[in-house]
Amino acid sequence: MTGLSPKTRERLLYLISPIGLILIWQALLMMGIGDRRFVPAPSDIAQRFVKLLANGELEWHTAVTLYRVFLGYIIGAVPAVAVGLLMAMFKPVRVFFDPLIAALFPIPKIALMPLLLLAFGFGDASKVALVAIAVFFPVVVNTYVGAANIEKIYWDVAKNYGASQTVMFTRIVFFGALPMIFAGLRIALAVSFIVLVASEFVSTKEGIGYLIWNSWELLQVDVMFVGTVTIGILGLITSVIFQEIERWAIPWKTE
Amino acid sequence: MAGERRGAAIDIVGLRKEYVSGAGRVLALDAINLRIAPGEFVCIVGPSGCGKSTLLRILAGLDTQTAGTIKVEASGWPVVNAMVFQESGLFPWMNVETNVGFGLMTRGVPAAETATRVDAALRLVGLTKFRKHYPHQLSGGMRQRGAIARAFVTEPAMLLMDEPFAALDAQNRTILQAELVRIWEQTRKTVVYITHSIEEALLLGDRTVIMTAQPGRIKQIIAVPFLRPRDVLALSASAQFGTLKLDIWRVLEEEVMRARAEIEQ
Repeated sequence: MTGLSPKTRERLLYLISPIGLILIWQALLMMGIGDRRFVPAPSDIAQRFVKLLANGELEWHTAVTLYRVFLGYIIGAVPAVAVGLLMAMFKPVRVFFDPLIAALFPIPKIALMPLLLLAFGFGDASKVALVAIAVFFPVVVNTYVGAANIEKIYWDVAKNYGASQTVMFTRIVFFGALPMIFAGLRIALAVSFIVLVASEFVSTKEGIGYLIWNSWELLQVDVMFVGTVTIGILGLITSVIFQEIERWAIPWKTE
Repeated sequence: MAGERRGAAIDIVGLRKEYVSGAGRVLALDAINLRIAPGEFVCIVGPSGCGKSTLLRILAGLDTQTAGTIKVEASGWPVVNAMVFQESGLFPWMNVETNVGFGLMTRGVPAAETATRVDAALRLVGLTKFRKHYPHQLSGGMRQRGAIARAFVTEPAMLLMDEPFAALDAQNRTILQAELVRIWEQTRKTVVYITHSIEEALLLGDRTVIMTAQPGRIKQIIAVPFLRPRDVLALSASAQFGTLKLDIWRVLEEEVMRARAEIEQ
């Protein structure tokens, strides 16, 4: 590796641990250490992955999961940003929402699933609602903290230069809080996958969560791994897209 | 552009400001009487904590007095006042151009007119090339130029400046002082300028108001005799300037010592 630039070397080092782990895993099973029925080799998982892709099953479950995440994320995040900003701007709003958030934030959102099934039935609506609720809290708290910590001088400038409440809201508070809003949206993205996959274990026949749970019941261990890996890949891709959006939306953010 | 139009006339009578803080009532300003003529450049100096910034904030409408009145005659001007803050206060999320046009946007000035006026203001402070930059990409001096442009572009009858160059290095400060004098001489707005630097007060102002340590009262008002247009650099090297600076320092020194003694207690 002596001929390589330090940066390239770092990148290679970055890949060594996961690739090394997969190689050792494969080698151990090929040497007959471990039971391949319970712990499939990486090559088995890859084969199954390709098969599930070929018959369209994996795409379908992925599409359903992404649809639920996306819809729930939007429904949860948009009002969360609005409420967070209003809390920072108006004390009565803050006083009204503070105890609600303090009481509801620590409740594990998956515990609400039975209630949501009662309210919204077995269709997509209950899953979407769960994601929305889970997304709401980290986003509202981050938005509020971000907006409340906008330096006083910016409020003074805005006021002195004749800003109306509307201008204050859309040009000052929103943008001032934007870096923190994005931090909250980022946490919410991970949270939305976590709660959704868990909720898909029950009362649905579609989605990656269903794929994982169903394969557990059929003891198709390789399919369980395919589902888990798919979630990981989705998380990685959405996080990269998210970073690009953030870079575009906050051009003033210094690295 | 301003032509015959002169800045605001300001008449402050019996102004008093009390704060209620944890320790009880604090008298920040007391018995402030000050009449400022249209187009006058008045500098206010005083020890730290003498309430000079509070006075400016009350003039700007960002704070309210406990007692007393302020009359501002600013008819014929689109905007009564614009403030330039110590830390530029340019919004980090807006580029220079948008920042400079902020006070026009809030007042519903049409886009085409805003563009023309912002262009002119950027040219005035030499930031045309940096119009698309964000504040974090600018030096401290350039940020203050942006803040000055943002104030001038609204055509305020009075300009309120709160130690606008205090955070700059000495060279940048000198350059910006000279530019401020040049810009002001073209437009002749009324300026109230807070500073802790006697030199700055003498270089820029028509009169220097010296304030007492807390509670802030007006201790003495000194007319600055230097003619305009002023050459800031030559002026600061003159003998008369040195003498006047020393005179003011003698008046101020007592207050600074008193303020320090109070802090150390």
